[in-house]
Amino acid sequence: MSDTFLPVVAGHAEDGRVAPPSTPRNVPYQNGAPNPSAEALRAQFADAVQRVDVVWGETTVFVDRARVLEIVRWLHDDPTQQYDYLSDVTAVEYRDLDRPIEVVWHLRSLPHRRFLRLKTLLPKGQPLAVPSVWDVYKGADWLERECYDMFGIRFEGHPDLRRLLMWEQYKEGYPLRKDFPLRGRFSRSEQLRQILAQNPEAKYSMEELTVLEAFDELSLEQRNRLRSGEKVGE
Amino acid sequence: MATTTRTIEVELSTTGLDAQGRPQRVPLATDEAGNLVPMTPAPALEPELEGEHMLINIGPQHPATHGVLRLVLELDGETVVRCVPHIGYLHCGFEKIGEYRQYNQIIPWTDREDYLNSPGNNVAFALGAERLFGIEITERCTVLRVIAMELSRLISHCVWLGTFCIDIGAFTPFLWIFQQRERVYTMLESWIGARLTTTLTRVGGMGADIPDGWTEDLANFIRTFPAVLDECNTMLTKNAIWVGRTVGLGAMSADEAINYGLSGPMLRASGVAYDVRKDFPYLDYETYDFDVPVGQTGDVYDRFLVRMEEMRQSIRILDQALKRLPDGPVNVDDHRVILPPKSKATSDMESMIHHFKQVMEGPRPPIGEAYVAVESPKGEKGYYMVSDGTSKPVRWRIRPPSFVNLSAIPKMVEGHLLSDVIAINASIDIVMGEIDR
Repeated sequence: MSDTFLPVVAGHAEDGRVAPPSTPRNVPYQNGAPNPSAEALRAQFADAVQRVDVVWGETTVFVDRARVLEIVRWLHDDPTQQYDYLSDVTAVEYRDLDRPIEVVWHLRSLPHRRFLRLKTLLPKGQPLAVPSVWDVYKGADWLERECYDMFGIRFEGHPDLRRLLMWEQYKEGYPLRKDFPLRGRFSRSEQLRQILAQNPEAKYSMEELTVLEAFDELSLEQRNRLRSGEKVGE
Repeated sequence: MATTTRTIEVELSTTGLDAQGRPQRVPLATDEAGNLVPMTPAPALEPELEGEHMLINIGPQHPATHGVLRLVLELDGETVVRCVPHIGYLHCGFEKIGEYRQYNQIIPWTDREDYLNSPGNNVAFALGAERLFGIEITERCTVLRVIAMELSRLISHCVWLGTFCIDIGAFTPFLWIFQQRERVYTMLESWIGARLTTTLTRVGGMGADIPDGWTEDLANFIRTFPAVLDECNTMLTKNAIWVGRTVGLGAMSADEAINYGLSGPMLRASGVAYDVRKDFPYLDYETYDFDVPVGQTGDVYDRFLVRMEEMRQSIRILDQALKRLPDGPVNVDDHRVILPPKSKATSDMESMIHHFKQVMEGPRPPIGEAYVAVESPKGEKGYYMVSDGTSKPVRWRIRPPSFVNLSAIPKMVEGHLLSDVIAINASIDIVMGEIDR
């Protein structure tokens, strides 16, 4: 059995990255050592960094909503930071309904082996919108779409912001919002009626319809909505 | 980064390599002298379509989409011009339900998202909850969890290999490897009582300690499993059909793979040695001796090689974990999260209070949040939990690796043939339960 062609590379240390860490132990609840990138962000974007928290060893930087894209781009491009990997985009709504919704970005720097959490606050009563980071990380595509689908947060600059997990004609709102009841907004019978009444084949985007020429087969209401320039999924 | 040169020795019948160094994919015929020659191509009978594109729908009810994935493909002849995936057919709202459950009550839900990797998900969730509670687990529990994670990596890769083979048209390795998967499930059954939905862990410990004689079963498995891998290796790795169906498909460069957020074998096949076990270790993985296989081109063949090698490395880790398995308690001695013995609840006032508090109210972590990522068979699996001090999380977020991996499929299949879409999709190793949640 010859395994010579198996692409095995042992270890990590030789490619110029910092030495691998070990499993964290006895992580303090608060007042742990912050990620050095938080200080760098303070120095670079003094007015846009609102707060830095360290909880359970993880650093959270609260940033100004309008400058998220600029900050993320700097973190991605700056040679001392190199946050090249976007782990996750999500949002948090608290049970206290007056508290702002938080949009959360989990960033990783693979060369420096750092983990950073960025947050921005969206106060209630204002439009829920943040800049999209799709320009910097292509992986943000579905993560932002899911966040929009579940929370109704608009990611401005996203190329194709439409519902991802729920279907296009879904009318009940945004499932992960705290004002959304666990069993859905409508009764079970109404939910069933709505599901049975819709045409699953009609779940094409406008882009696909140009190829399919199935536009004529859609319901009048859907055609009118698409004609008026409305994007699918809203 | 040091990498070995890769030469694939194609031994079975092919007329040789084409200009790109790939085995020629032509029907063969025998000439008068008995040599294999390419069959003379028949004259093209296809009607002239004048560049008209066709829209093809695959799924959601299609066995090759590994669940309920739906791909809408725009084809030019047989070549994919555009691919639009549709997901959500299995959406159950796990994250929403988690906001109404106590931490230990969420663990059964983690079985059901990535259902091929249940023990691994249980461990990952327990690690996250323990970070939130500030609990340090015991030595024995740490090693048992490593065993659970690596066994779960093996069964997940077994399913991947079997279904990948079937998608490409090889049926036999599927039978071989599913027999081995069955052995792991039998071991899990004797450990925790369940096979697929294990609910193996609790916050602060495990649901059960391993039974007597279990370590011999595991040692036996460690001894015999590599032989099956060798058989699959012999069957597939240099097989001309296999190589022809996989090499050069769906390649992602290292920069692209990072930018698209790929993780796990998908990312490592592109040559990026990012493994959560090495880069952000948990469960003392830094003390185990194992290698991280990386590919060079990031194509389907590289993903196959990387996953095959990962199974061998898992066996190495299992072997080391078994040798160092210490005696001692499995659960932490912390009555915030672990119940005192039932016998004490009727005789000892404090134990009774702990029972009452835990059952009626549930354990309460302090206000805070934690994102804990582990290396699941599919990639970086993260659990993000936010606590407001009550016994139920405000937000429980799953970072599903195959969700992010799948989001790159339009990029990967563009320009390939329709039949290659199936191979590329199979190489991503998706589990729709995890993608839709």
